[in-house]
Amino acid sequence: MTPGSTAAACLAVLRRDLLLAWRRRGDAALPLLYAIIVTALFPFAIGPEAALLSRIAAGVVLVTVLLAMLISLDSLFRADLEDGSLEQLLLAPQSLTLLAAMKILAHWLTTALPLLLLSPLLAAMLGLPQGAYGVLFLALAVSTPLISLFGAVLTSLTVDTRRSGMLLALMLLPLMVPVVIFAAGAVAAAAQGLPWAAPLAFLGAMLALAVVLAPLACGAALRIALDA
Amino acid sequence: MNTLTLWFHKLGSPPSFYRFAHVLRPWLLTLALIAGVVALYGGLVLAPPDYQQGDAYRIIFIHVPSAWMSLFIYAVMAVAAFVALVWRMKLAEIVAMECAPIGAAFTFITLATGSLWGKPMWGTWWTWDARLTSELVLLFLYLGVLGLFHAFEDPRRGARAAAFLVLIGIINLPIVHYSVEWWNTLHQGTTVRILGPSKIASSMLWPLLLMTLATKLYFGASLLGRASTALLSLERGKGWVQDLARGDTA
Amino acid sequence: MNDYAANPILLEARALTFTRQDERVFGPLDFAVHRGEAVLVEGDNGSGKTTLLRVLASLLQASAGELRLYDAPLTRAAAAGEILLLGHHLGLKADLTPLENLRYVAGLFGQRRGADASQALASVGLAGFEHEPVRRLSAGQRKRAALARLLIVPAALWLLDEPYANLDREGIALVNRLLERHVHTGGSALVTSHGTVDFLAGSPRRIELRAA
Repeated sequence: MTPGSTAAACLAVLRRDLLLAWRRRGDAALPLLYAIIVTALFPFAIGPEAALLSRIAAGVVLVTVLLAMLISLDSLFRADLEDGSLEQLLLAPQSLTLLAAMKILAHWLTTALPLLLLSPLLAAMLGLPQGAYGVLFLALAVSTPLISLFGAVLTSLTVDTRRSGMLLALMLLPLMVPVVIFAAGAVAAAAQGLPWAAPLAFLGAMLALAVVLAPLACGAALRIALDA
Repeated sequence: MNTLTLWFHKLGSPPSFYRFAHVLRPWLLTLALIAGVVALYGGLVLAPPDYQQGDAYRIIFIHVPSAWMSLFIYAVMAVAAFVALVWRMKLAEIVAMECAPIGAAFTFITLATGSLWGKPMWGTWWTWDARLTSELVLLFLYLGVLGLFHAFEDPRRGARAAAFLVLIGIINLPIVHYSVEWWNTLHQGTTVRILGPSKIASSMLWPLLLMTLATKLYFGASLLGRASTALLSLERGKGWVQDLARGDTA
Repeated sequence: MNDYAANPILLEARALTFTRQDERVFGPLDFAVHRGEAVLVEGDNGSGKTTLLRVLASLLQASAGELRLYDAPLTRAAAAGEILLLGHHLGLKADLTPLENLRYVAGLFGQRRGADASQALASVGLAGFEHEPVRRLSAGQRKRAALARLLIVPAALWLLDEPYANLDREGIALVNRLLERHVHTGGSALVTSHGTVDFLAGSPRRIELRAA
């Protein structure tokens, strides 16, 4: 692979971000612990009655995963901005769309994938019915990339502002309402033995569009936010 | 270049826009006030009580035009945002950003009146009706635009970032609306309809339409006022603003 | 000294101006940089030197005026592969080693034929520190690690923002050596400094930016 080619650049970005996450692998545990603690709060808040908990299990797991990802999204570009690497990324001869896509992929691999693997535990804590675990996994597999993709675009807009974390929440959560509705709806339906494929198919369609459009929007948003 | 394009170009220049806004605003405001008062009289006094809801339905004369405005203003904001991003036009940036607080206000009025209506109708201050819930999400979209705009020190950069957010929002708005509708049917079975039967008596229709006109005129007046002020603030270093401040006629 | 005046013009600026929130940061500037020429951009703090370099790198859009590269309008696409910016913030990831940082830069911007990352680090005086996370290096060592990319990445025009900052006498000599070699092979450079520095064994052409 020739250095400076598109493939080399994409691999370089991906490799670098994965390497950085590995160097700070202790930090990777934080979103997971957060998710566990938040999930554990619900029984404390509404009582340990099994029937009630299992009814809300799907929704709570989904919202908890969303919030955990929200926290980690803010730092997607912030560190790069502060040490000047974002500047270099904007100067790279390759398409910023592709490079942004690689950063988003690295983020999903290091943040969402662990949460995805943790989700059965979270669901078990709230007593999700057995038949719904597979659908929960599938629903998260489709919705977490959507959260990463949308989140990346929005966090690009706030990369150079203060209080960006709160601002990101205000901007991202309303747009995630459809994701929450469809994903949690599908899992809840599966828990009741009802058909669950339709909302997931819709999410899949959204994901297909987002995979193509979000990196492009992310690049544009970075340039707009940094006045480039 | 025909006269319309020429006029549009002239309008884009800050001093001309300021003059235009200054002249037009009092007219719009007066007309809005007159239309609003007549519409309210028609709706609150002249129109007969509803067959099912009695006098409580009268809040639709404020609720429905507000709801329509909340969506209309978002559309106007999106058009201005598009122009601002594609052509980097200062005035478009200002117009887009000044639409947001007005739109947010109308959305809030929609939610508040919807809540006030809900109390006598269904005994509860809030129902997770599909439309009200969509309005709530819309309010958050407006607040997000405002929050993002004000997070930047440079108002032009902030306006462009917020304009981008507006466009993202408008693309997702239909998706949000559809998902909320689906969610509503999933969890409640029957849709709760806030607006009564689709056929509405003419004695109730004309105050509603007149109120819609009044709110549109008010929006125009408010937007012109806010945009002029923002323009003055943005251009404060320029000659025409200094002349204006000194009291010379431009 | 290099006789560059006969060489073709690499970069040309005409009436280049930059304003931020209605305040003029610099301009209107008119200058041309030939191949094989190194130019010093002088000015006090706040005079817009960094902003000028960022405009030349096409990171920022000029408010007015024209920029031409190889006698064609300077666009981001045209600048890619030709211009290298070494900014205030060095663009180094603190958790990675200088070697890993260089590999990343090479992946993005390409690598000169025959260039080798370890050798480059040795040339800038970081032999033995290639595998130390940048976080643990001193400010001067970090600067050297950033300078190493000048030996790896092929670029016709170097834009160096305060390259002498944080460097000792040897480090300053290193920067001058790198500049010398670069212009001898036909490259060009714009260097900012707010102190008086001479490179190229004499007086380079200077552009003065006065604080607004």
